[in-house]
Amino acid sequence: MIDPKGPIAAAEWLLMINATEIMLVVVVPVILATLGFAWWYRASNGRASRDPAWAYQGSVEFVTWSIPALVVILLGGVCWIGSHQLDPRAPISVNAKPLQVDVVSLDWKWLFIYPDQRIAAVNELVIPAETPVSFRLTSATVMNSFFVPQLGSQIYAMTGMTTHLNLLADKPGDYPGLATNFNGDGFSDMHFIVTAVPAGDFDGWIAKVRSAGAALDDPGYAQLTKPSSGVPPTTYRSVDPDLFERIVDQTALNPDKARAGNAWCPPTTAAAGG
Amino acid sequence: MLGRLSWSAIPFDQPIPLITSVVVILIVLAVLAIVTVKGWWPYLWREWITSVDHKRIGIMYVFLGLVMMLRGFADAIMMRTQQAVAVGSAQGYLPPEHYDQIFSAHGTIMIFFVAMPLIFGMMNFVVPLQLGVRDVAFPVLNSVAFWLTASGALLVNLSLFIGNFARTGWWNYPPLSELAYSPGVGVDYYLWSLQISGAGTLMGGINMVTTILKLRCPGMSYFRMPVFCWTALASSMLIVAAFPILTATFVMLLLDRYVGMHFFTNEAGGNQMMYVNLFWIWGHPEVYILILPAFGVFSEVIATFSGKPLFGYRSMVLATLAICIISFMVWLHHFFTMGAGADVNAFFGIMSMIIAVPTGVKIFNWLFTMFRGSVVFTTPVLYTIGFMVTFVIGGLTGVLLAIPPIDFVVHNTVFLVAHFHNVIIGGVVFGMFAAYNYWFPKAFGFTLHDGWGKAGFWCWLVGFYLAFMPLYVLGLLGMARRLQHIDDPGWQPLLLVAELGAVVIFLGILCQIMQLYVSIRTREQRRDQAGDPWNGRTLEWSTSSPPPPYNFAVMPKVETLDAFWEMKQAGRAARQPPYEAIEVPRNTGTGFITAFFATMTGFAAIWDIWWMAILGLLAIVITASAFGWSENREQEISADELSRREDAWLSPGPAA
Amino acid sequence: MTAVTTADRGPAPLAAAEGPAPTRTVVAYGFWIFLLSDIIMFSGLFAAYSVLWRNTAGGPDGRELFDLRNVFIETACLLLSSYTCGLAALSAEHRQIGRFFVLEAITFLLGAAFLLIEISEFAGMVAKGAGPSRSAFLSAFFTLVGTHGAHVTSGLLWLIYLVAQVAAKGLRPPVLRRLLCFSLFWHALDIIWVGVFTLVYLMGAR
Repeated sequence: MIDPKGPIAAAEWLLMINATEIMLVVVVPVILATLGFAWWYRASNGRASRDPAWAYQGSVEFVTWSIPALVVILLGGVCWIGSHQLDPRAPISVNAKPLQVDVVSLDWKWLFIYPDQRIAAVNELVIPAETPVSFRLTSATVMNSFFVPQLGSQIYAMTGMTTHLNLLADKPGDYPGLATNFNGDGFSDMHFIVTAVPAGDFDGWIAKVRSAGAALDDPGYAQLTKPSSGVPPTTYRSVDPDLFERIVDQTALNPDKARAGNAWCPPTTAAAGG
Repeated sequence: MLGRLSWSAIPFDQPIPLITSVVVILIVLAVLAIVTVKGWWPYLWREWITSVDHKRIGIMYVFLGLVMMLRGFADAIMMRTQQAVAVGSAQGYLPPEHYDQIFSAHGTIMIFFVAMPLIFGMMNFVVPLQLGVRDVAFPVLNSVAFWLTASGALLVNLSLFIGNFARTGWWNYPPLSELAYSPGVGVDYYLWSLQISGAGTLMGGINMVTTILKLRCPGMSYFRMPVFCWTALASSMLIVAAFPILTATFVMLLLDRYVGMHFFTNEAGGNQMMYVNLFWIWGHPEVYILILPAFGVFSEVIATFSGKPLFGYRSMVLATLAICIISFMVWLHHFFTMGAGADVNAFFGIMSMIIAVPTGVKIFNWLFTMFRGSVVFTTPVLYTIGFMVTFVIGGLTGVLLAIPPIDFVVHNTVFLVAHFHNVIIGGVVFGMFAAYNYWFPKAFGFTLHDGWGKAGFWCWLVGFYLAFMPLYVLGLLGMARRLQHIDDPGWQPLLLVAELGAVVIFLGILCQIMQLYVSIRTREQRRDQAGDPWNGRTLEWSTSSPPPPYNFAVMPKVETLDAFWEMKQAGRAARQPPYEAIEVPRNTGTGFITAFFATMTGFAAIWDIWWMAILGLLAIVITASAFGWSENREQEISADELSRREDAWLSPGPAA
Repeated sequence: MTAVTTADRGPAPLAAAEGPAPTRTVVAYGFWIFLLSDIIMFSGLFAAYSVLWRNTAGGPDGRELFDLRNVFIETACLLLSSYTCGLAALSAEHRQIGRFFVLEAITFLLGAAFLLIEISEFAGMVAKGAGPSRSAFLSAFFTLVGTHGAHVTSGLLWLIYLVAQVAAKGLRPPVLRRLLCFSLFWHALDIIWVGVFTLVYLMGAR
């Protein structure tokens, strides 16, 4: 995050620096005053003035409430504006059609589906630079969080739910991405590289993916959901563009549920208590 | 017959837990052997285990908290070492399935079995003395509450030897903690130990609220209560309001796991985010449950050692109550990244910032308490000043985290880890160490060695900065929390600095152990005869050290704030006979026996040994019923005996 | 000098602080705080029910399962038992021990009737395949209503125990204090039931 490579990350980093500076205006004097008061009013200092009964003064109290209140009012405004401008759902307004990517958290790897291009990849995310990317995210197992620090905001991926995130890479380059919400033993290896390529090269990459590798069909997906960690980057030449929706409504792995629709009853959990 | 329990539950194949288990078991056996050989059991049983004296219970709470801190710290230094060595392609010495248990246990233990017992210990010991009364509202309930907390702590530690602990992090979020993803006993250990100790915490909270609101000595109006009592009241009210939510949440998760319900499962309409919401509706007030009493301690310490009344007493009380209320309106800031809308996030962000206002006021008031005072640099004062400097930094990063767009890039990274250790070590832990050094002479009748105490403070302070400042930087670089190994070798230098910090904190702990040892060896020279070693301001210093079982032979009559100070000034501190007979509660084994069976029930439920669980539950009901039937729960201390005891204390020359 | 200034600073007492309150007040107050915490525990379960009540996972919902006539009888039993419990407390105050036993017996029978109706409702639902593990809605329903039922059950056991104490010891102050706590508990269960009745049954059966 210290080295932002996109407008979202840059704006967040700027916000952080500004907020820190605003607070330092108060925090630094408070620290100095703490040390200074303690030292000057030490019992052994013969030159310090004493007033052992001084325990209340309205004007001082007014100031002690006002200072933090003013800082918070200022930062509260920053917070309100920042929350709206940098809402992960808000589309990034540039003159380019956003690339749609669906993200699925699995045990313990990331599945990226390009629904418009009908291809998919595991632990590898290639995007065009200077083009907004619009992510939809979910999880096929436990809760997780998707994060590319140099591009900005992270967002949770949760089973049965869809979250939205919009990011943009300014320049071509490799940016590390990771899972930040602990999700089991393979958690530490659940990272990937985001490769931003020049916009022109992106179509070349798509063509390359389409020409090689396996197709991600339902048996292939079922295989992928089995826990594994440290999975090397893999691409799939084709994928069902509705796979993401089927993962969200949990019909991708449960053909029974797909047939029964809403009347589906889950298999009762095997006697938990034993 | 034994449910899921079999020999495979003992970690014979894992050297680290096995050796730890053997060593801990040997230490425990050695302690038990010494106690048996020396014939201390009757004394322990009569004077401590069955004691319903709030001071004894308070001391036992603190002892439990300090012992568990050693356990929690052992986890901490193992984690720091693992992260310092497992960099690049190295995997370190802890495999994920073990490392994941360690960070889960570290968080659970430090919050529930270190911070909570320390807070409760201090409140128990101090509050009745400061209120000028002879006991808490429900002395026997107090004993039950303590022993249930100890029972929960025991269960957590049992998981080290028998079976394993949760591998889900200390929040235990579903669906990871559901049966489908955590089929072992780990999560069950977590849930049952926290349910049992949670019941104890709730009892303790109810007891403390009732004590403060209904038992105060004559003249002790609300606005004459010492600030520590106010913070204890606020903290206890938060316990009463927040812990039942945690209980309900854990009940739901237990039902999911044991009878296949669907509160938080992925299937059949369960909602995992409901757990997250409910957990933090408890979890955020919990932060203030811990920090408010620490604020109270600092207020007492800074006033006493500046020789001045606390500046802005009414502001302090107002700020405490404001924090108490607002703490229930901020829980969503623990998961801004859930994907709620901008309005919701902004609202909770601003509410979280508003809490910084009363907290800031408190910092200023401590500052102005020192102003024109004469500050004596004892160990508690060093902790207070160390706290003020450290806590404002933690406050700054806290406000940063309260701004949703900033939270989006540091959430779940080690920046967050650095932030909450910054406020918990810099706030709660420093507060409890200040309290320990400040009230120790009251509890045991002799002061602690100041030199070793200060050495301990400096190690803790320096160690803290070394251990956690690097984590702030690593968090900004994008290092997630809870990593078993780290890929970027460039981060290793900072991780080594953090490791060094943990070692320095360890030196601090050694200094504190030395402090205790040296102080006990030289206790005759450091006797506190008068009962008022610091020229104190509040009523606990008006009685002998240690105080008699009845606290005050004659109940004080309070006319002002800082009552004892005023009495000393007015020359009416020495209280005169005539004495009247006092009733004190009789000791009872109810608490210990209840907790014994609670441990049995919890253990049986964890391992599905249902006959044993039912027997344990029945035994609890029978114990409670037997106590509920008893009369004669008090014994009388006659006026003659009071007179004899008081003369023995006052004859060398009373304090004032 | 200092003494005068600190003394001046002390504000007038807010309430008459006459020292520790009498035991009866302390016990009732402490128990009242416990009841508040219990109500907060229920509020967690109510919240869970409100979140999950539409999540039937294709299973039956309230309209199919709830029989308002039964629930009405149940409610009447519980409210009436609260009334007789209050009357019993009054007769205990007036040392009318015979009347006390009769009224508490009626309280017990009404509470037991409530419980029996609830158990038969639960059994019927489980028999229809609508048990607590069928859907999130049913998990929340059984847990919320079942926790209230568990409270009623422990209340009934407590009542037997207290009546035995009265029989053995008479209406002495410690026993009266315990009876006071029981009355508070029993009335609190009513309050919670009103919430259950409204939120679960009335709104769910529509």
